[in-house]
Amino acid sequence: MTKAIAVDGLVKSFAKTLALDHLDLAVGAGEVHGYLGPNGAGKTTTLRILLGLLHKDDGGASVLGLDPWRDVAALHRRLAFVPGDVSLWPNLTGGEVIDLLGALRGGLDRSRRASLIERFQLDPTKKCRAYSKGNRQKVALVAAFASDVELYLLDEPTSGLDPLMMSVFQDVVREAHVAGRTVLLSSHILSEVEALCDHLTIIRAGRTADSGPLEELRHLTRTTVVVETAEPTEGLAKLPGVHDASINSTRAELSVDDDELNHVLEHLVTLDVRALTTSPPTLEELFLRHYKDAAVDEPQARPEETA
Amino acid sequence: MNALAGTRRMVRLALRRDRFVLTFWVLSLTVFLATTTHMSVTGLPTPRDVVTETQFMAANPGMRLMSLSAGASVGAYAMSRSYLTLAILAAVMSALAVVRHTRQSEERGRDEFLRAGVVGPSASLAAAVTVALGANLVLAPLLSLAMIANGQPVAGSFAAGAAIAAVGVAFTGVAAVASQLSSTARGANGLAMAALAVAFVVSGVGNMLGGVDKSGVVAFSAWPTWLSPIGWGFEMRPFGGDRWWLLALSGAFAAVLVAAAGSYAARRDLGRGVLPVQTGRAQASRGLLRPIGLAWRLQRSTFLAWLVGLLGFGLIFGSVTDSVTTAEGSMREWYLKMGGTSDMLDAFITSFVEMAGMMVAIYAVQVLLRMREEEVRGRLEPVLAGAVTRPRWVMGYIVTVALGAVVLLVAFAAGLALTAGLVMGDTTGLLRDVTGAALAQLPAVLVVAAAVVAVFALLPRRATTVSWLLLAAFVLLSPVFGLSLGLPQWVLDLSPFAYQKAPAQAIGVVSIGVLLAIAVALVAAGLATFRRRDLVTG
Repeated sequence: MTKAIAVDGLVKSFAKTLALDHLDLAVGAGEVHGYLGPNGAGKTTTLRILLGLLHKDDGGASVLGLDPWRDVAALHRRLAFVPGDVSLWPNLTGGEVIDLLGALRGGLDRSRRASLIERFQLDPTKKCRAYSKGNRQKVALVAAFASDVELYLLDEPTSGLDPLMMSVFQDVVREAHVAGRTVLLSSHILSEVEALCDHLTIIRAGRTADSGPLEELRHLTRTTVVVETAEPTEGLAKLPGVHDASINSTRAELSVDDDELNHVLEHLVTLDVRALTTSPPTLEELFLRHYKDAAVDEPQARPEETA
Repeated sequence: MNALAGTRRMVRLALRRDRFVLTFWVLSLTVFLATTTHMSVTGLPTPRDVVTETQFMAANPGMRLMSLSAGASVGAYAMSRSYLTLAILAAVMSALAVVRHTRQSEERGRDEFLRAGVVGPSASLAAAVTVALGANLVLAPLLSLAMIANGQPVAGSFAAGAAIAAVGVAFTGVAAVASQLSSTARGANGLAMAALAVAFVVSGVGNMLGGVDKSGVVAFSAWPTWLSPIGWGFEMRPFGGDRWWLLALSGAFAAVLVAAAGSYAARRDLGRGVLPVQTGRAQASRGLLRPIGLAWRLQRSTFLAWLVGLLGFGLIFGSVTDSVTTAEGSMREWYLKMGGTSDMLDAFITSFVEMAGMMVAIYAVQVLLRMREEEVRGRLEPVLAGAVTRPRWVMGYIVTVALGAVVLLVAFAAGLALTAGLVMGDTTGLLRDVTGAALAQLPAVLVVAAAVVAVFALLPRRATTVSWLLLAAFVLLSPVFGLSLGLPQWVLDLSPFAYQKAPAQAIGVVSIGVLLAIAVALVAAGLATFRRRDLVTG
């Protein structure tokens, strides 16, 4: 599969802080790619470099096969961007801003514009100074998705939207996916990433912590098992691959490393199982595990910051 | 009273937020009056000088637009020169303060926070009015001291300070109402400034329609002056009658307006105003859809304000040309030296052409610094995320500013030639000469503009400060202001405004070429640098 975004060993530092520390990011054409990380991890810096707004210090970055710094005009005709904190011109109306941003990118589809305004329930005649945060975000979303481009770069695009509008947003992204477009979705809302994305990159302190198809990433983690048995379950906690066991005579709740799951199940059968539920790891567990680890090994990993 | 609960705390909050802003305003106005009074004292050494200059001020309708002479004294003359400027500034100070603590806080969502505490619906208005009135109460005696320190009579000096501060008090009331009428801070400020413009025009027209008494040094006004808070200050006649009772008029005016605003504030919903929220077009016009269209749209109202200002500047000073040509004494010497000519009319027009050139440079700096504001506010990002190169975006601003500067200079020249032609004859000849002379200022304006572009590219974080300092230095070194500084010629020549003295002298072609070359080089350097630098939002 060809790469829509190929970032390789990207480094960017501001005066005293190292924002990106050899970051890798690969987004295949047609993927809906989630980009996760806590505040200050370097997500927005990455997107700004991909847009040619910031200069990279080192490493490689190409978007749709082009150099984001050199080929600005050619590249930006083929992509659309939605910032997280949408700042608009207070004396222009929402409709005017949509047309302006569309025109600056090389035009937009009038009928898509009309239908998106309708779906997002936006009043395009209001001046931008009168819009709430959510409405400013809708303006940016309509402007982006009314253009038929190959790549959508979305930086926390739903942080001000209500649940109803979030579901409209998800429909719009799915339609773009079906049409073969590529989406890079930087987000904090894990349920949204889980619902939309087929691929995922987790960034921590400017470095790629994990990356790959969502299903694969799940398999590298633990499954939650809740079991009720006839026999007492005390021995379970000592089995290899069992973590966080909470045991109450014939009832147990544990997380199990996926590669030890068979052994644990074999053992459970001997205890005469009455009820059993297993659930795959949620994204939240995946995410939190990366950051809990990070908190522990941070001092060793980032000596340059202590200086 | 429930509606006013929490007012005391809100006053303290407002004072805390404004401790530098209002201090700066009050001190600036005081220093301004001290300086202009000092200039009047030294500029009029003999009683004869006082009488000649006062007669000119009192008898000329163009001068009466801005002053109402109270008699032949240095104090009264200093008031004729400074009262209007100070009154307008006091009004602006008060109006901005009131709107800042009422509608602006409300619009930005801060009032929502505060009102969730024990704070009544009228408390922020009451606090804002209290702080603005307090600023004027401090301002009045400081202004008086500025005049007393320059040896002026004590009673007249106190009347002068009170007359100016009373305008501030009146506009505290106007802004209180404006902040309730509009639901946006911008709208409220706009309404207050529009009211100020009306007050200025009404009192100016009243003064012009008046005349001068038999002594030739005391001007009197016609009835429209009495309709304007600025007019009440004129009529107070500091140093020539000291009619203190007029303060009651300003006070009552403000009290009625504040009471009306307060009663509406106590009843209305948060965020509501009397006037409906303005909506606009649902679709952009074709003109907006390019970087240059956006640049024009963002500066349109700024440009129109400058257009009115420069046209008015030309009209007013064109109308006084006939009385200037007969001026005698130090004033005449200064003009002739500045223009380097023996023709008083040419020298006078040259000085105003120079000033117009510098005003247009202020417009250019103001508009070009919007580029930095767009960058800081994060609005440049979505534009550059489109298929727009950085040079194309910058050129949108440069081209609109250059065209805007041409239109402003021509408007000024047309205004000046029109009224000068009415009083002196030969409108066509004046129109040709003054337009040429005004356009000869364009290269200097373009050098300033190009310097701002270069500074914006090179020193983004310091762009605003450095640009204004650079312009201030150029203005200070220009012939109009630099002549009396006693600096060596090569220092004065650093200002791009040093090179054209038309119509007093022929237009210098070489300097036009050199200045344009410098402008092109600065823009090229700026564009090359801006292409390479990161966007800096902090």
